[in-house]
Amino acid sequence: MPGENVVEIRGLVKTYGALRAVDGIDLTVQRGEVFSFLGPNGAGKTTTVEILEGLREPTEGTVRVLGLDPRTDSARLIRRTGVIPQDFRFFDKITPREAIEFYAGLFGHPKDPDTLLHQVALEEKAQDRYENLSGGQKQKLGLALALVNDPEVIFLDEPTTGLDPQARRAIWEVVRSLRARGTTVFLTTHYLEEAQVLSDRVAIIQHGRLIALGTPESIIQRYGRPEVLQLEGPPALAEYLRRSLSLPVRTEGNQVEVEISRKEDVLTVLTAVQASGIPWERVSTTRDTLEDVFIRLVGRMEDGEGGTGPGTLPGVEGP
Amino acid sequence: MNLRRVYLSLQTLARTYLRNRVGLFFALIFPVILILLFGAIFSNSGPTTTTLDVQNLDHHSPQSQNFTALLNETGVLSLTFVSPSVGNLSAYLAGQGGTPGIVIPAGFQANLSQDRPVRIVVYTNPTDGSQSGIVEGAVQGAINGLNLEKAGGRPYVFLVGLNVGSTVYTYIDYLIPGLIGFSILTSPMFSVVNIASEYKKDKIFRQLSLTPLTRGEWLVSAILWFIVLTAISAFLMIAIGQGLFHAHVGFTWLLLPFLVIGPALFVSLGLLAGSTAKDPESAAVVGNLITFPMMFLAGTFFPVSEFPSWLAAVAHVLPLYYVIDGMNNALLYGNVAASLEDLLVVTVLTAIFFLAAIRAFRWREK
Repeated sequence: MPGENVVEIRGLVKTYGALRAVDGIDLTVQRGEVFSFLGPNGAGKTTTVEILEGLREPTEGTVRVLGLDPRTDSARLIRRTGVIPQDFRFFDKITPREAIEFYAGLFGHPKDPDTLLHQVALEEKAQDRYENLSGGQKQKLGLALALVNDPEVIFLDEPTTGLDPQARRAIWEVVRSLRARGTTVFLTTHYLEEAQVLSDRVAIIQHGRLIALGTPESIIQRYGRPEVLQLEGPPALAEYLRRSLSLPVRTEGNQVEVEISRKEDVLTVLTAVQASGIPWERVSTTRDTLEDVFIRLVGRMEDGEGGTGPGTLPGVEGP
Repeated sequence: MNLRRVYLSLQTLARTYLRNRVGLFFALIFPVILILLFGAIFSNSGPTTTTLDVQNLDHHSPQSQNFTALLNETGVLSLTFVSPSVGNLSAYLAGQGGTPGIVIPAGFQANLSQDRPVRIVVYTNPTDGSQSGIVEGAVQGAINGLNLEKAGGRPYVFLVGLNVGSTVYTYIDYLIPGLIGFSILTSPMFSVVNIASEYKKDKIFRQLSLTPLTRGEWLVSAILWFIVLTAISAFLMIAIGQGLFHAHVGFTWLLLPFLVIGPALFVSLGLLAGSTAKDPESAAVVGNLITFPMMFLAGTFFPVSEFPSWLAAVAHVLPLYYVIDGMNNALLYGNVAASLEDLLVVTVLTAIFFLAAIRAFRWREK
């Protein structure tokens, strides 16, 4: 049922004493989506995910996963969800194959360990004890265990933190294969690239509040700076372009940057450069990545501009 | 309670345990080392004889030979004669490692025949109270015999020495139930306390909470595993005791409930200690505080009946005391009623600790 809300969060608040770890979050995740929860450390990502998993109780607000209350319907929910907690750990002396057989038995879900080991690319380590696995291999085992019960939704809490780039990419491959099979993925990460590459939608959370929500593209468009055409040339070139174009021109050393708002602008700029007769080199265009946007958004919050809640920031889509 | 899940959890626990040499050592090898060690040290005790060095400074006299014959007749002493040329017997005995000895003074017979009192000096080792008692008692017996003879009397009352129970028991027979109790205590306590706090810290319990396995199922699987270990250990203790040290105790059906409820008691206690501790380090301290006094004071290595009364009173508040006392009653004395009484105490304590552990033990933090 595409379009069905797999995760629904309404007015979620979680306080620890005076600390408001989650401070009024509303969002929904639809079936089949890969949804990323982005934020700096301590922003409230893990608290939110653990509330969704039923591990913590919300202070205020309601939470539904697959239409069930994670706290009261935990027994039913754990059979339909998969979870990799942050810092996943397992019994030191147990091998991945035994771990998968153990979990499959607990869930009463006959699952061929080889298929799962293949799915997470851990076949070669099937007989090695957990204590002898690398960080990436341990995380892959966590992923395999989360998949034992063929979950409809899987929660991955910082699954690639601390992994080398190769191991990270291996985890991404698994997430992509899950998406292809229609599994809903709720991912938290502080790797912006990861969110941008994997997600259908992202939410940026800061101090327990959402500060942006949407597709990576829409967030970049909304909060990112305009695209820039860069080329190397003398200050005279910048001077020439300022005079002949109606576009903003900046210089930095021998870099000349021209802001472009439409793709036709590229041709206009290059034509003007050619007409100037001034020598130039190395033309390129750059645009903000999600990371640039994230750093600006989070930095702006830290600087106190607009910290009054998600509603005051333009572009946060309604729940 | 789903038995398949209990079995799977038991299997994982067993694998973890069998692949961890330290745990296995303490559960199975260590008690074996203890029975070999204590068995070897004390296998000569019991109704066997105590060696007594005799320095006869009045040798060749018939009276002194009569006296040594009376010493021999006590049946508890094995006499070794030390030449008078050795000189000071006390120094000689000290050189022998403090073995007991007596000196029959010069002029023994001459003094007796002239009705003059005679002093026989007995040297005993104050660090070995039971041996000193045996030696002094036996020498006193021989002296009484000699005095009676000298007075021209004859004995009317005789002592018949028999052991408690139907068989002649030796120290090893007391050691077997004690060491089975030692296993019942230490293998869960040295490992469950640690498991409970480590799995909490590493969030492995939380990880398990996201599967259909329940806390009760996990706890039952842990108890089952330690029942298996305890049963193996009990088998080893009885087999080694009988095979190497000629122990008389053997399996009786009344041993079974102690091998089942004992581990349940200490798995619960270990889980309670491990779950309430703040971190693995303090859990280890709490675990040791519970384990060590019990290990020595509950009648494991020495019968509580030999303790001073205040220490015996301490022993009576230790849960392990009732486990060992119950097994002693079952294995040694054949006292079924007393054993069942102990079993009742153990069962009630187990129920209390089990319920407390279930209350304190959390899969997930709040």
